[in-house]
Amino acid sequence: MLEQLAHFYAVYGSVINFIGINALMALSLNVTLAAGMLSLSNAAFAGLGGYAAGILTLHFKMPYVVSLCGGALVAGIVGLLLGLPVLRLRGVFLAMATLAFGEVVRIAAVNLDITGGAEGLTGIPNVTKTWMIYLALAGAAYFMANLRRSRMGWALVSMREDETAAACLGIHITYYKVAAFTVGAMMAGLAGGMYAHLNYLITPRDFGFFVAVDLLIYNIVGGTRVWYGPILGAVLITALPEILRGAGVTAGPIRMGVNGLILLMVILFLPNGLASVFAWVRPAAVKAKTT
Amino acid sequence: MNDLLVRNISRSFGGLQALLEVSFDVARGTVHGLIGPNGAGKTTLINILSGVLSPTSGEVIYRDQALHRIPAHRVAGMGVARTFQNIRLFPAMTCLENVLAGHHLTALRPLLPRLLRLPSAGREDRKLMGESCEILARVGLEAKSSHLAKNLSYGERRRLEIARALSFSPKLLLLDEPVAGMRRAEAAEVANLVRSLAGEGMTILLIEHNMSFVMNLCSQITVLNFGRVITTGSPEEVRGHREVIEAYLGSGDHDA
Repeated sequence: MLEQLAHFYAVYGSVINFIGINALMALSLNVTLAAGMLSLSNAAFAGLGGYAAGILTLHFKMPYVVSLCGGALVAGIVGLLLGLPVLRLRGVFLAMATLAFGEVVRIAAVNLDITGGAEGLTGIPNVTKTWMIYLALAGAAYFMANLRRSRMGWALVSMREDETAAACLGIHITYYKVAAFTVGAMMAGLAGGMYAHLNYLITPRDFGFFVAVDLLIYNIVGGTRVWYGPILGAVLITALPEILRGAGVTAGPIRMGVNGLILLMVILFLPNGLASVFAWVRPAAVKAKTT
Repeated sequence: MNDLLVRNISRSFGGLQALLEVSFDVARGTVHGLIGPNGAGKTTLINILSGVLSPTSGEVIYRDQALHRIPAHRVAGMGVARTFQNIRLFPAMTCLENVLAGHHLTALRPLLPRLLRLPSAGREDRKLMGESCEILARVGLEAKSSHLAKNLSYGERRRLEIARALSFSPKLLLLDEPVAGMRRAEAAEVANLVRSLAGEGMTILLIEHNMSFVMNLCSQITVLNFGRVITTGSPEEVRGHREVIEAYLGSGDHDA
């Protein structure tokens, strides 16, 4: 039994690791999505965090934990500075501005010397272990689950529901928007730092446009309204190519098509994402008990 | 004693003069009515008083503090709550959650004790839950506390909006058409609620088209037409005012 588990991990270990990293990044996007902001810069924040952590390790010989914290902090500071001007925008305009920021980060990474140019930052020691990723994910999930019932959580959900009404209840809209943006950026930066120390290298393409869109897909497929929604989405979409391969379908070239199909089905039949399946099961169980 | 002083408030939207030199006083602990035909500028005025809009010129003084040009969240912080003509609830929240969300200014709900599972977080939650249930009971929605706001009837939504506005214990309440679309019995319950709130010292300024509601409830009424104040006075004075009858009530039947 133990041997089989070890074998399974030897084969699928890297998928398991990437599921955790993707789930952490999806959760970081959920901080802003839950407040009704369609921001697509979290992939770029993960990239920033990854590069910053990698540079701290390689050039400044910092220990792993310090590098990770440094990466998250850099992403958070950039998030704060970007959030102040950009969060005046709403809806698709915010999405466009944040996507543009992602391109700025990518192009900067290609052209700077300290980031290693187009080849990326190489030779980062591989020190991230699976348990570290899942410990960080559990911490982030615990944080998100408790955030909902806190002062900030109530403010964010109120803003998503109706910004004007929220302001008239005394909620400082700009403050909470920037706070959510910064918290999300830090979480993404942490995920990026773990990724950099898992993959030996980090390149400008690792956190480009497609990753930004993937993070959104994880949230929509899983559901944005509960903390476990983005995790469900990230697990399903990341594991899907492997599952398909097991079923004898090589999903490589049609991966985006399959993702698109799943997205379409979820939007049509589960508008609140996979998480809403759990929300249906629970009231039914309660009803069964009382009758 | 006057709570709210509106002084020469003007507001234009491009070429449209929505309000022109509007002035009136609202006395503390009274119910003050704001009436006028559609497009008279009533909602624009409520938007200015709640900080959602800023006036082009003029001043609003509330308890010796200037209220105009202060953002909405700080106006709320001064104890001013409002409802909206085109109901703005939190639709995907339950009734209870709407009122809980409304507690932003009075509740602490810090994150850290929650993360550390300290008992203080649960204590505060239970206290807020109790208060919120009482507020819901006040507007007659205690039986609907676990219903989603978007599934309520029109009249229930209006009452939930009042409940949410009451959640942070405001001192001045601005109601924009609180009984629009309500049945007579339901409107009478809201009238009783407004009367009891004023009895507790709350100042209430309300817009309403239901004339029997306004005439029975308000001690003072300001009449607006085309952005200007025609008159401010008691219901009897307003009822007998020639310009008001011409502009608003029509001839003869004024219990519309």
